[in-house]
Amino acid sequence: MYPRWLWPVFALPGVLWLLILFLLPFYAVIGVAFGSVDQILFTPIPAWNPLDWNAGYVSQVLGDLAPGGVYWDVALRTIRYVILSLGGCILIGYPVAYYTARHASRTKTFLLIMLVLPFWISYLMRMLAWINLLSPDGYATRFLSWTRTSDLLLHMHVINDPSNYLSGQSFTVILALIYGYIPYFILPLYASLDRIDRSHLEAARDLGASPFRAFLHVTLPLSKTGLLGGAVLITLPMFGDYYTPNIVSGAPTTSMIGNQIDLYFHGGPQPTIGAALTIILSAFLMVLMGYYMWTIHRASKELPQ
Amino acid sequence: MSDAATQAAARPKAGGFSIWQRLRGWISNPWGRPRFLVLVTWSYVIWSIAPVLIAIQFSFNDSRSLSVWHGFSTRWYWGDPIDSVWHSADLRGALAQSMKLAVVDVLIAVPLGVLLALGLARWRGRGAGPSNFLMLFPLVTPEIVMGVSLLLLFTQLLTFVHTGTFAQILGHVTFSISYVVVIVRGRLFSIGTNLEEAAADLGASPSQALRLVLLPLLAPAVVASAAIVFAISIDDFVISYFLSNGANTTTVPMIIYASTRATPLPSTNGIATVILLITLLSVVAGVLVYRFFTRGESGRGSTIDDVAGFGI
Repeated sequence: MYPRWLWPVFALPGVLWLLILFLLPFYAVIGVAFGSVDQILFTPIPAWNPLDWNAGYVSQVLGDLAPGGVYWDVALRTIRYVILSLGGCILIGYPVAYYTARHASRTKTFLLIMLVLPFWISYLMRMLAWINLLSPDGYATRFLSWTRTSDLLLHMHVINDPSNYLSGQSFTVILALIYGYIPYFILPLYASLDRIDRSHLEAARDLGASPFRAFLHVTLPLSKTGLLGGAVLITLPMFGDYYTPNIVSGAPTTSMIGNQIDLYFHGGPQPTIGAALTIILSAFLMVLMGYYMWTIHRASKELPQ
Repeated sequence: MSDAATQAAARPKAGGFSIWQRLRGWISNPWGRPRFLVLVTWSYVIWSIAPVLIAIQFSFNDSRSLSVWHGFSTRWYWGDPIDSVWHSADLRGALAQSMKLAVVDVLIAVPLGVLLALGLARWRGRGAGPSNFLMLFPLVTPEIVMGVSLLLLFTQLLTFVHTGTFAQILGHVTFSISYVVVIVRGRLFSIGTNLEEAAADLGASPSQALRLVLLPLLAPAVVASAAIVFAISIDDFVISYFLSNGANTTTVPMIIYASTRATPLPSTNGIATVILLITLLSVVAGVLVYRFFTRGESGRGSTIDDVAGFGI
């Protein structure tokens, strides 16, 4: 009933916008990273023609990221922080999503509102809240020392100064990363747990499975999509995060790869190195991005047409 | 069997509701399946909200301290002649800049996104697949990658666009479009094409079918995506930060970021509270309008789904 040209014409402005302001910028990064640098002013001289590309800076940064290079520690720390934060998110988030989807009855609406609420609170405000709490006489600092948790953390070498949580403590950075990203992990997981047909579980119990075995062989595999989706959804921004460690620590001993990139654009003189780092980070994350886009694509295909 | 027995033991005897009995049941089986989950879930809820509530509390503190309570006061909102949200030029400017970016972002990204969603959902040509792929990409690109690439685009390639408010708007729209597309496309699939075909059978022209049938049916998704775009624009830090060119393009998240690196004043908590209120008001308004548009629709459209849907 509609003319055939109508839909491509509708899509055109949006596609053009994304081509110019999303895809072209990547080319700008590539041009700068594979370009050269003015030896006096240290300003980048981008190379737009692929024939003029100079891989010197990219391979230099790749060497710096290898064992023994100047970024090796930062790269390793980034991966460690992301893995630990992801682990924390799963440990806290799975029970919460599971309870909300499976057991909460009267409180379900309220719990869902509480799970969604953090999405509407500015990320920076949520970090600011922890700055207040973890300052030397803040509520959290006093609570931790009153319950002797700070002594325990000190004893376990998790922190190295029980009166100073806001400078150079990996513990605080990981806590902040978990706090910041866990809502984005819980919601997709909740959605996939909520979709599970209870008759599958009843069948497992009827066939003699213990509650634990039913969970392991029915619920867990059926929530795999949500679990992986949520994990990728928070892993990607965590790898590019620089503001969280900057806000709650700010010390070079807790800087992540994003901090290095930020440094080259805000303060450091060499955007070319920053561009090379950005390209390498994107290439590293491409696998995760591809996986996530594939799941979204598949989910949209399953919708009734 | 033992599970059922402990549950029976934990339940108060018929007629007598006793906290003591409940407590004994708890102690006898603290790791019983649902109880552990209840404990974790409610601890999480408190842990996720309490810090923000305390931050709001300290925006009303009657001293410069953000950790010791000295009584209630509104001096950080308007009492203080220099540093209050109302009187500080920096804070007011940041609030105005954040609002300006968010409103312009909604005005540009929502129409673009609705058109793109319609086009991508129904276009069956050769370019549809790659366009779909291109649309999904911004959703998974880390913000720092987007910030760096836009900054280099505007400083190296399209140098006629200088960093500043205009560049910030372009950046905000770029990361907002895909959210609109995903929300509107979901709605498009769930309403189907039957009603439009019926309208065409009854003699509606294509433009009438679009305006009188499809557009009203899409209204709830348009409202929802406007609320979400407004919120993600207000919340954005990285793109605004990379594309700013000084004090007059500073947004509220940038103010908060800068203050945490120095010594924050309660007025920082104050401006964060103001932004939070604005966001929550826009979300509540969005939910109300959404429910108005979807009234009488049966099926999945329960309050719970609406609430969850608003957190995409």
